[in-house]
Amino acid sequence: MLKINNLHAAIDGKDILKGLDLEVADGEVHAIMGPNGSGKSTLAQVLAGRETFTVTDGSVDWDGTDLLALPAEERARAGLFLAFQYPVEIPGVSNAYFLKAAVNAVRRHRGLPEYDAMDFLARVKAEMKAVGMKEEFLYRSVNEGFSGGEKKRNEVLQMALLEPRLAVLDETDSGLDIDALKIVAEGVNRLRSPERSMIVITHYQRLLDYIVPDKVHVLSQGRIVRSGGRELALELEEHGYGWIDAAQSGKAGGASAGARP
Amino acid sequence: MSAIDFWLGRHRDTAARLPGADLPWLVRLREDAIDRFADEGWPTTRRENWRHTSLAFMGQQALAAEASDKPEAVLARLRERYRTASRGQAGTHEGVASVVGAGSTANAAASAPQDLDHWLVFVDGKFAPALSAIGGLPGGARIGSLADALKQSPETVEAAFGSALDGEAPQALNAALVTDGAWIRLGRGIAIEHPIHLVFIGATVADQHLRNLVVAEAGAQATIVEHYPAGAAGSTLTTAVTRVLAAQDSHVTHLKLQQEAPEAIHLATIEAEQARGAVFASHSLSFGARLARNDIRTRLAGEGAEALLNGLYHADGRRHVDHHTRIDHARPQGTSREFYRGLLDGSARGVFTGRILVAQDAQRTDAMQRCDNLLLSRLAEADARPELEIYADDVKCAHGATIGQLDEDALFYLRSRGVDAVHARQLLTYAFAAEVLERIAHAPLRALGRAALLERLPEGARLEELL
Repeated sequence: MLKINNLHAAIDGKDILKGLDLEVADGEVHAIMGPNGSGKSTLAQVLAGRETFTVTDGSVDWDGTDLLALPAEERARAGLFLAFQYPVEIPGVSNAYFLKAAVNAVRRHRGLPEYDAMDFLARVKAEMKAVGMKEEFLYRSVNEGFSGGEKKRNEVLQMALLEPRLAVLDETDSGLDIDALKIVAEGVNRLRSPERSMIVITHYQRLLDYIVPDKVHVLSQGRIVRSGGRELALELEEHGYGWIDAAQSGKAGGASAGARP
Repeated sequence: MSAIDFWLGRHRDTAARLPGADLPWLVRLREDAIDRFADEGWPTTRRENWRHTSLAFMGQQALAAEASDKPEAVLARLRERYRTASRGQAGTHEGVASVVGAGSTANAAASAPQDLDHWLVFVDGKFAPALSAIGGLPGGARIGSLADALKQSPETVEAAFGSALDGEAPQALNAALVTDGAWIRLGRGIAIEHPIHLVFIGATVADQHLRNLVVAEAGAQATIVEHYPAGAAGSTLTTAVTRVLAAQDSHVTHLKLQQEAPEAIHLATIEAEQARGAVFASHSLSFGARLARNDIRTRLAGEGAEALLNGLYHADGRRHVDHHTRIDHARPQGTSREFYRGLLDGSARGVFTGRILVAQDAQRTDAMQRCDNLLLSRLAEADARPELEIYADDVKCAHGATIGQLDEDALFYLRSRGVDAVHARQLLTYAFAAEVLERIAHAPLRALGRAALLERLPEGARLEELL
C-alpha cells in the first residue's frame, strides 16, 4: 500500500507539488491525468528519488517504509520502478550489460541468486519477444538511436525483468502510434497482478482504453483535484482540462491561476 | 641534476660509445642535435607549442631510478595481462557480457594466439635479445634493433633516421643520446599478420632515449605496439621518437600504451610520412607517468592518404598529460579522423592540441577532429585546442571539443534501475573512455587496452566481472 500525504515538492525554488494526497492499494492500477505543467512528471520523479526536486513537506509511506528517506537505487531494489517519459540514452553501455547490472542489483537485494550469462540471456530474450523487440537491441547502446516506440518498449522490457511491486509509468503513451501503444499496453497488462500496483500517468485518455485503471485522478496545480472511476477519464476527454482548471481557479482565487504559465 | 650542462656532459662522455659512433653522418647529426638542445633548452610555456606544458622544472630536476622489479617480471606481467585480456575478448562474442554497445563483438572471432606475435624487448635503453621473441617472418621483412641495423645497413637507416632539426628540443636531445630502439623494415607488399610489440623497460637507469624506425614499402602492412610498462620507480626520464615512413598503399597501425611509474617523465614523438594511398592509424593510450607529452604528427604527402589519430588519456593526482597533434594535408583527397578523449581526476591536467593544416594543393580534403574530456573532480583541468589552417577551398573540415562532467540524467537513470551511485559513475566513465578503444581494430589489442583502462579505474575490477 502506497500512501502519499500532503506532498510538497519544488525545483529551483519553484513549488510544483502543493499538497498532493494519494493512496494506492496493492494490485490496483491508478491513472493520473492532468494538463501540462500540473506536476505529473514531478510526482513520478519525486517517487523515483530524483534529487533535483526538493521535498518541502509531506510524506510517502510504502508498506511502512518512509520512501522519501531512501536513495533512488534503494527504492528500485525495494521494488519501485519508473518508466521514464524520456528514457535516457547511454552511449557506450550496451543494453545487455545495463539490463544485467540492473536485474542482478535487484535480485541481490531480494536475496535471489544472480543470473549467470546463459540464464539471463534466455530470460531476456523471452521478455523481448513479448514486447516485440528484436534481439539486436540487446547489443546496442542503451536507447541510443532508438525510435520513440523502441525506447518505450525498452522501458516495458526493463519493468518486466525487474518485477517491481510498484510501477510508475510516466506518459508511456507519448509519442507512440496506435500499434506501438497497443504493444506497450499489452506488455503492461501482462504484468498486472495482485501484488503489483501501478500508477499510470497520462495526458490523454486513449491509453486508458488499453490499460483499464481501477481509479482515475485529476492533477491540477500540484494537487489531486478530482478522483473517480474510469468514467472520469471519459469526462475529461469530452470536456478537456479547461473545466478542471476553471473550477480550480474559481476555488483558489485568481492569483494562483495567474501564476501558472 | 638535469640542467643543460648535465646533458652536454652526457653527450660528450658517451658519444664515442653510442651506436653508430663510426658513422660520420650520425656523429654530426648527434652534435647538431645537442647544439640545438643547448640553444633551445627545455621548452617553457613561452613557446607556442608548449603553452600549457612547461619543462622548465627539468633544469632542477634530479633524476634517479629506484628499486624496481626485475625486467623479466615486468615483461611476464605484461604478457600475462595481454593473454588474459584477449582470452576474455574471445568469449565476448556471446554478447551479453559486453559493456560496450555496437561493434564490440565484430572482431572477436579474429583473435590470434598471442604467441604468434613478435616481441622486441629493450631494457634500460638496450635491446635484450634473451627476452625477445621474433617469430617467423616472410623474406623481405626485417625486425630488429636499431643498433644492429646501424652496423648492418647504415645507409637505409640514415634515410629514415630524421634530422637534428625535427620536432622540438626534447626530440633533439633524443637524437643526440639515443642508445637503441626498433628497426622495422617491410619490403614491397609484405604483410606482417601478427602485431610487433616493442617493450621498453627502465630497470636501473634514470633516463633512457629510444628511437624506433619503421619503413613500410609499397603495399606493406603491419601493426606495431609500443609498451612502456612501469619499471623503476623514482624520477626517471624517457624520451622516445618513433618515425613511420609509409610508402604508397601501405597500412601501418601504431598503438602506444604508456603506463610508466607515477613519478616518471615521458616525452615522446610519433611522426609519420604517408605516400599516396597510405593508411596510418595511431592509437595513443596514455595512463601513466607524472608528466607525459606526446607529439604526434603525420603528413599526408601523397594523394588519397588516410590517417586516424585516436587517443585516450587518464590522469589523477597532480599528474599532467599533453597530446600535441598535427595533421598535414599536403596533397588532394586525403582523409583524416582524429578522436581524443580524456579522463581527468584529482587535480590532474590534460592538454590536447589538434593542429590540422590543409595546403592549397590539398583539394577535396576530408578532415574531422574531436576531443572530449570528462572532469571527474572539481580540481581537474582540461584544455582542448583545435587549430585549423586551411588554404584550399574545396575541403570538408569539422572539429569539436567538449569538457564536462558525467551526465546527471544517465546517472539517475542507472540508479533508478537499482545500480548504486558509485558503480553507475564508474560504468559511465568506463563507457565514455571505451568508445576510443572501439577504434582499435585488432581484437586482442583492443582487449589489452580495455584491461589497462580498467586498471586505472577505482572500481575497475568490479566492472571487469561483468564484461
